[in-house]
Amino acid sequence: MSLSVEKLVCIRSDHLVFEDVSFDVSAGEALWVRGKNGAGKSSLLRICATLLKPVQGDMKWLGESCFEDPDSYRSQFLYVGHQDALKSALTVAENLNFWAQYRGDGTIDHALSEFELDPLRETPTGLLSAGQKKRVNLARLLIIKTPLWILDEPFSSLDQSYIDLVKNQMDRHLEEGGTILYSTHQPLSLSSSSSLDLDSMVSQ
Amino acid sequence: MRSFLSILRRDLKLSYRQGSAISLSLSFFVIVIVLFPLGVGPELNILSRISAGVIWVGALLACLLTLDRIFQADYEDGSLDLLVLGPLPLEMLILSKVCAHWVSSVLPLIIISPILALSMNMNLAGIWVMVLALLIGTPTLSLIGTIGAALTVGMRRGGVLLSLLVLPLYIPVLIFGVAAVEAATAVLPVTSHLLLLSGISLGAVVVGPVAAAAALRLTFD
Repeated sequence: MSLSVEKLVCIRSDHLVFEDVSFDVSAGEALWVRGKNGAGKSSLLRICATLLKPVQGDMKWLGESCFEDPDSYRSQFLYVGHQDALKSALTVAENLNFWAQYRGDGTIDHALSEFELDPLRETPTGLLSAGQKKRVNLARLLIIKTPLWILDEPFSSLDQSYIDLVKNQMDRHLEEGGTILYSTHQPLSLSSSSSLDLDSMVSQ
Repeated sequence: MRSFLSILRRDLKLSYRQGSAISLSLSFFVIVIVLFPLGVGPELNILSRISAGVIWVGALLACLLTLDRIFQADYEDGSLDLLVLGPLPLEMLILSKVCAHWVSSVLPLIIISPILALSMNMNLAGIWVMVLALLIGTPTLSLIGTIGAALTVGMRRGGVLLSLLVLPLYIPVLIFGVAAVEAATAVLPVTSHLLLLSGISLGAVVVGPVAAAAALRLTFD
């Protein structure tokens, strides 16, 4: 099991979001985190990205606890959240170049062409539409190669053709032995995907 | 190191492209200093006596205006999450943002300060020491300010609270900064004041990033 999560409990401002969430995801597998609005999908993904601490529970990456050695775990995944994390005054290429340099070595050309962003290369991201921003944000996944992708609503504001494009990228990542955690409201058929329904874990 | 420089470069490029923040704090600084001769009256003796204090206080306040942007912009667009997840230790991440803040927001104030000092009738010896004291002392302003900025990140109206938190901590810098300039205008030795100022700055280099990192971790819990 590459990522295994045991009995996570999440409480946010005195409100129990979910308890006893456990799952295992192996290399080459994806996990679809499902649930209604407010069921705690984003909270769960933020916990998996070490951006939020669970009240209880443990999380192991390749058998090592992620909370004991967060730094080595953090180099193993990329997190794409709701927010775009783009600076509107910088161009698409400048934004992506920054993340490539910040995380180490990486070239942006391949990612730009895969996500059909070449024509927008020198456009300031402040002028992009929501869907275009989302694609720039997702392009980071191909610049820095990590085994685990944590994607919070990766398809929001994308049109159908780009949803297929992102889905193909996800399939390719799984074929290469990667692991994906994602949440979405779109029914999606990935090559190897299990699902986790948070609605059944919320105690009323 | 590469990550450190990449943040520094990005922040400087951003503040250059969105020039409004620099020009705002710079014009605030100029206006505050220019108000004093108008308010106190044009007596040269009085002006030169208060000049050091007025310029230092003006610099403190102008610096305060830009502090809240150190983390706020990155917090709002989600970049801060991704920066924290990157390979750089949080303390170094903060240090590189502090460097960027000092270069983009404080250095312009120091560059323009001799002209303002002339308008306050400061003598030449005083001006030299003032620029030196500002160069040594102002990194402390950015370093201490970043603690306040880290504590108030994510607050809707953090700006006022930030000033209340940070301004009392600026008092030592103000005291020794002004003392150095006054000693210089009175042709007294200034080294002890400047050494104390550099001591404070070195202390702040150690304490500032660590404390700000601890504060920033609170927002991620």
